[in-house]
Amino acid sequence: MVANPLTKNIDMSRPPLDITAYEANDGYQSVHAIAKGLSPEDVLELVKGSGLKGRGGAGFPTGLKWSFVPRGDNSPKQKYLVVNADEMEPGTFKDRLLMEGDPHLMLEGMIIAAYTIQASKAYIFLRGEYTVSEQALRKAIKEAYERGYLGKNILGTGFDFDIIMHTSAGRYICGEETALLNALEGKRANPRAKPPFPQVSGLWGKPTIVNNVETLCNLPGILTYGVDWYHGLTKGNDHGTKLFGVSGKVKTPGCWELPLGLPIRELLEGYAGGMQDGLELKGFLPGGGSTDFMLPEHLDIVLDYDEIAKVGSRLATGTMIVLDDKTCPVGMVGNLMKFFAHESCGFCTPCRDGLPWVDQIFRDFENGEGSEKDLQILHDHVTYLGPGRTFCALAPGATAPLGSGLKYFKEDFEKHITQKRCSYKH
Amino acid sequence: MSQQVIASTANKARNLSLEEIAEIEHEMTLYPDKRAVGLEALKIVQKHQGWVSDASLLGIAKYLDIPAADLEGVATFFNLVYRQQVGKNVILFCDSVSCWIMGCEGIKGYIKEQLAIDYGETTKDGDFTLIPVPCLGDCDRAPVMMVGPDLHRNLTPEKIDSIIKDYKNKQD
Repeated sequence: MVANPLTKNIDMSRPPLDITAYEANDGYQSVHAIAKGLSPEDVLELVKGSGLKGRGGAGFPTGLKWSFVPRGDNSPKQKYLVVNADEMEPGTFKDRLLMEGDPHLMLEGMIIAAYTIQASKAYIFLRGEYTVSEQALRKAIKEAYERGYLGKNILGTGFDFDIIMHTSAGRYICGEETALLNALEGKRANPRAKPPFPQVSGLWGKPTIVNNVETLCNLPGILTYGVDWYHGLTKGNDHGTKLFGVSGKVKTPGCWELPLGLPIRELLEGYAGGMQDGLELKGFLPGGGSTDFMLPEHLDIVLDYDEIAKVGSRLATGTMIVLDDKTCPVGMVGNLMKFFAHESCGFCTPCRDGLPWVDQIFRDFENGEGSEKDLQILHDHVTYLGPGRTFCALAPGATAPLGSGLKYFKEDFEKHITQKRCSYKH
Repeated sequence: MSQQVIASTANKARNLSLEEIAEIEHEMTLYPDKRAVGLEALKIVQKHQGWVSDASLLGIAKYLDIPAADLEGVATFFNLVYRQQVGKNVILFCDSVSCWIMGCEGIKGYIKEQLAIDYGETTKDGDFTLIPVPCLGDCDRAPVMMVGPDLHRNLTPEKIDSIIKDYKNKQD
């Protein structure tokens, strides 16, 4: 049986499979299964039963999200599917691989999702910098139209579905789904108040599902090979496989599709080859820039949403950023704070003013001008910018590496104050 | 603001080219309202002109019949819409966390030295503009940067030399 459904067609040493080769490897079988009589309710039940959780970062159950979309004759006629392909979480490089390596897989997943919620139109909200992904997807979309998987009355189902490519123009906040919808509508990408949630009132006020690239890529396998097969993939409690990446000073950084539930050690020391010679592991962010630091003592925890949450962090995007003992933790957190300060949309005060303040303090630390008072201000901001204090999740995301960094690397912060310099600089 | 000032601002609008209009019209078929096409139109104009001047921005607002202030709000929000003239090649330099760990600051210093420009500046010959960009999503091959539409990975000073040379040769 297939053990790597997300990457089975990916070989970056050649161009992605064209539609004929893709079909030959079970591609678009799910659309044929739908044409043979799967109703939208049937598909919804399959996806709910699979236990798939969103791969964009939040880990919300996909089937449950879809089930909030109004159904039936009295529901709004126009519904939308939007693909969040605006990958910009620091240290995250998984959706790029899927789109450049096997664009048809995402399109097949989009057809399944759109059919389930009965959306006749989808927008791919693609990061503007992902020029290779754009070309691969445009070519695949053209092929799918020619083969009758897109357009009017797909395979005789009576279901119409069009895909429109939207390339964005930057800004991390567009990854927040309501900000993304505002950007698609041609507005500044400020997040919207919730409720109403996009499932009920999203793009141009219509019911809208926003799904991450990797989430969609999980769907074809679930329909083609079945829920039991999908449940057989995992080594832990959460279902399926996931793309895991490692960056930083390891021997072989990269991105691999692995079952959920493997120990972190296997990823860092096995696949990524362990630390480069002469370096020790000091800590790591398990799932991108807005997750809490974890330590070497956490290496035997398994890669699972709930297990990682137990030590106060999040699996999130599954792409790890490794901190070694010769790189300054204060500098690393400072780099993240500069990013978050720059990417704040500026709508709410704590985020707009708080993050640049934090950023400035880190610059002072870097220059040997940090004080105990500054350190207290940083601690205070972990609370002030935390969940519930801001309009969206951007600033709370920033407090994850900030709060955990202050906790785990306290000595390094203190040293910057007492020595009036960064001791990692030679 | 007097009526005269308002009128003179509107008069500064550039008439969009036929090519630009054709591409904007195509985008209009993909979105249910004109406002949504604003960002696409900015990108189309930038593709043809290299950047978005005041005259271009006013021209788009006029063509789409949307408030110029709203469009300016969008134009200044997004990193990749250039409201100032840029060089022939825009270098988008990733300085996010993985690239930082892998030593992008040294690479940036080297570029700064070779091209004699800092972030937001353009070389005297107009060949390159240097702009920082958030994580480019290629972290296992850090440090990385883009030049125009192309991604360059595992950067070293030697690689920077050959990249600069390649783009200079491309134009000659």
